[in-house]
Amino acid sequence: MIRSLPNSPLYKYGYRFYITLFFIFLVLPLIAISVLAFNDSNSIALPWHGFSLDWFFANNDNRVGLFHDEDLLRSIWISVETAFAMAILSTVVGTMAALLFEQEKFKFKGLLYFFAIAPLVIPGVILGISILLSSSYVGEILDTKFGIDTEVFSPGFWLVVFGQFSFGATYALLLVSARLKKFDPQLEEAALSLKASRLQAIRYITIPFLKPAIIGAFAVTFIMSFSNFNTTIFLVGSDPTLPVELFSRIKFSSTPVLNAVSFMIVLFITIVATISLFTNRKK
Amino acid sequence: MSGNKKAFYFLLIPVLLWLVLLIIIPHIDLFISSFKVDGDSSSAFSLENYTIFFEEKIYWFTFLNTVLYAIGITLLAFVVTFPVAFYLTKVVDRKYASFLTLMLLIPLWVGELVTIYGWVIILGDHGVINESLKWLGIIDKPLPLLYNNFSMSIGLLYMSMLFMTIPVMTTLESLDDSLIEAASDLGASKFTIFRRIIIPHAMPGIVNGGIIVFMLVIGDYVAPNILGGKSNLWFTEQIYNQFLSTFNWNQGAAFGFLLLVISSAVIWMALKLSGQKLEKVGS
Amino acid sequence: MSSVLEIKDLNKNFGDFKALQDINLNVKEGEFVSVLGPSGCGKTTLLRVIAGFIEESSGSISIQKQPMKGISPENRPVNIVFQSLALFPMMNVFENVAFGLRRQGLKKDEISKKVLKMLKRVGLEGYEKKKINELSGGQKQRVAIARSLVMKPKILLLDEPLSALDRKLREYMKVELKDLQREVGTTFIYITHDQSEALVMSDRVAVMNKGKIEQLDTPVNLYTHPNTAFVAGFVGENNRFELANSDNNSITTKNGWKLNMPDLDFTPNVMFMRPEAFILEPTDDIKDINRFQATIKVVLFDGANTKMSVVVDSGDEILISLPQNAKFQNLKSGDRVDIGIAYNNIKCYKE
Repeated sequence: MIRSLPNSPLYKYGYRFYITLFFIFLVLPLIAISVLAFNDSNSIALPWHGFSLDWFFANNDNRVGLFHDEDLLRSIWISVETAFAMAILSTVVGTMAALLFEQEKFKFKGLLYFFAIAPLVIPGVILGISILLSSSYVGEILDTKFGIDTEVFSPGFWLVVFGQFSFGATYALLLVSARLKKFDPQLEEAALSLKASRLQAIRYITIPFLKPAIIGAFAVTFIMSFSNFNTTIFLVGSDPTLPVELFSRIKFSSTPVLNAVSFMIVLFITIVATISLFTNRKK
Repeated sequence: MSGNKKAFYFLLIPVLLWLVLLIIIPHIDLFISSFKVDGDSSSAFSLENYTIFFEEKIYWFTFLNTVLYAIGITLLAFVVTFPVAFYLTKVVDRKYASFLTLMLLIPLWVGELVTIYGWVIILGDHGVINESLKWLGIIDKPLPLLYNNFSMSIGLLYMSMLFMTIPVMTTLESLDDSLIEAASDLGASKFTIFRRIIIPHAMPGIVNGGIIVFMLVIGDYVAPNILGGKSNLWFTEQIYNQFLSTFNWNQGAAFGFLLLVISSAVIWMALKLSGQKLEKVGS
Repeated sequence: MSSVLEIKDLNKNFGDFKALQDINLNVKEGEFVSVLGPSGCGKTTLLRVIAGFIEESSGSISIQKQPMKGISPENRPVNIVFQSLALFPMMNVFENVAFGLRRQGLKKDEISKKVLKMLKRVGLEGYEKKKINELSGGQKQRVAIARSLVMKPKILLLDEPLSALDRKLREYMKVELKDLQREVGTTFIYITHDQSEALVMSDRVAVMNKGKIEQLDTPVNLYTHPNTAFVAGFVGENNRFELANSDNNSITTKNGWKLNMPDLDFTPNVMFMRPEAFILEPTDDIKDINRFQATIKVVLFDGANTKMSVVVDSGDEILISLPQNAKFQNLKSGDRVDIGIAYNNIKCYKE
């Protein structure tokens, strides 16, 4: 049943068979996408018409490959910018929140913590629409009452960043808190005893200790932002992010260029995952 | 003390801004908007948006359908992934464990849009499955695998199940193998060991995972919209339509609020039944 | 020499719990004072109040005549060596020792000079670049002490810093720490539950129990003249007996063992006798002692610390030191022995 206990062959091989099926189920979509990205065909699926790099490099009346598809490339770039801004914001505020909730005592801490982790159980749609509602409300008031036309409050880049940040910070908070719980508070007291101020203690002792978690939080929130659709769709302006662009293409005009871009994402994630596997092994 | 206070406010203010501006106010706004009637500029409160919901069968039926589906997918995710979580933490050779765990993360990081697109390729009339079956001579007409509740369920399960696996694996890792050995030594059957030792120990992880899966499924739009049929009933689609097609934001706010209420209620019940706290969900 | 630390009527309550009660303590400059007590007696609370991590409920603390009320830890002229040592794992030895100096904004070369000098003093020359996890337990100890001493605190507070070390190293570090303190002349306040650490190193020891200082005295006086039953029982090994009754000239244990005890001017209810205070086979010319016979129950051989447990006729059991000289080497269980104890080695208390 576990490594150290004997098992019947039926149990052992039956179990292995199920696990194999599960992993096939898991990788099948990724493999199908990757293989069909190289299909010499105008249809996204089978049959196989031979190997071709057209959906990456072609640029003619029939086929526009990924590297010539201006709209797609632009949406990738917007997604990268968005993810970068969102990940930085989320990591910084999430880390501050972790320090606040783990180390400080104050009134209404329990209530604030409840709000801070609520995004974990609030569907992304709800976050999207509620932020859209209140931002347009504020924008409208600023426009009609004060005549200030503020772009930040209308759908667009920054609204997407803030919308994603509203839950990104929660994940950063949880990741950093998990490591902060292992922090020996005597280290900070030692710093205070050695005449550091509280902020210096945080900067020189706590933050270096938290570094792996902070880097992890940045990576996780970056990927979350890069693949987010449910919140983003409500807040996006005229510049779609990659998931939004992918969605409309899948719905209305799918060509194998979608396979190509999906393949690039799968490839990138696999490389990142492999690197993290080997760096973890070294430790 | 003054240095301490400075540090405290330095941490508190950004966190407060995040929670007040992006979590608390938008949700209050959502609540208030749901009681206003679209196009009626007077700020009178009205229950109209909610009466429409209860009077139109299509709305509340969709709502009910979505909730039941979300509960079903959550249970399915548990049944499908629990053996996998157990296998990866307790059965498989440790050499392979980290590699296989990483395999679990790749689809998660690749993102929902790409993997759901992968399922379109697999399940379509010219998809991997139909073409393979045709090639094997089992069928000569493609099976209707795509654009129905079957494909929608596959997509929902696929994009959410790994959020069940990972917390369950975390709790199983903390289960001391010697407990299982001791139970086996005392003559317990495999079934008894699962029921009396492994499941109770993994319960916090199961509840955490279940909550996240439920929330993701009930709030998902991509899988039902892309993989579901034309006549499929998914409540988030109603919200999207109100916001992005008919532009009746107040009606959409009411729908959103109802979704928030039902998902919070189910999550609250799950926490009550298992005796857990929301604070533990993220850990 | 003048007082460097003055604590007056200090109290600290945590809710209803009185962690510190009416603490009065004066420490002279350059003194090595230990605070000794069982866990939960309040000794760590006292240290944290002195350091400023906990605010006192009432009373006052002055360091070099300066009242410390409301002054935050980083502004007090004290440094702490923590129980866990709390060395910064992300920094090397040099950076750990330099940490405090850098916060003071000293110049680079000055910091470097001070750090190297301090490392040399604690015997860690050439270890500057080592990572913390590359050091042995004893070396970590020295880094922790060097890191605090380099700040030239008026008082160095040490919170059971030796407790993580193994026994042999602890014995060695005791001597070294005492030497170091004498050399640098800094006032040390040393918190410990280990009486041997306290007795070996300290000029004076404050024995704490239940938030109070029971006795503040030199190690020798603590051992030979404990003021209270708690101190008698806590410091050093002791045989303790509850007393049933007593009169002016004698005391009787609950089991009915009667001993002469002339000139008692109070009614004690508990009595202590140290294992090494007993005289085996006392000659007839020794005066002012109780003489009795007892049966050896068991001999507990431990080299120079060998003891035996004997039972007197009343059934009371006593632990007695057994010198390993030729005369007593052959004693074994079941033997009858003559034993004596001087009146002034019987310590009586009213609890």
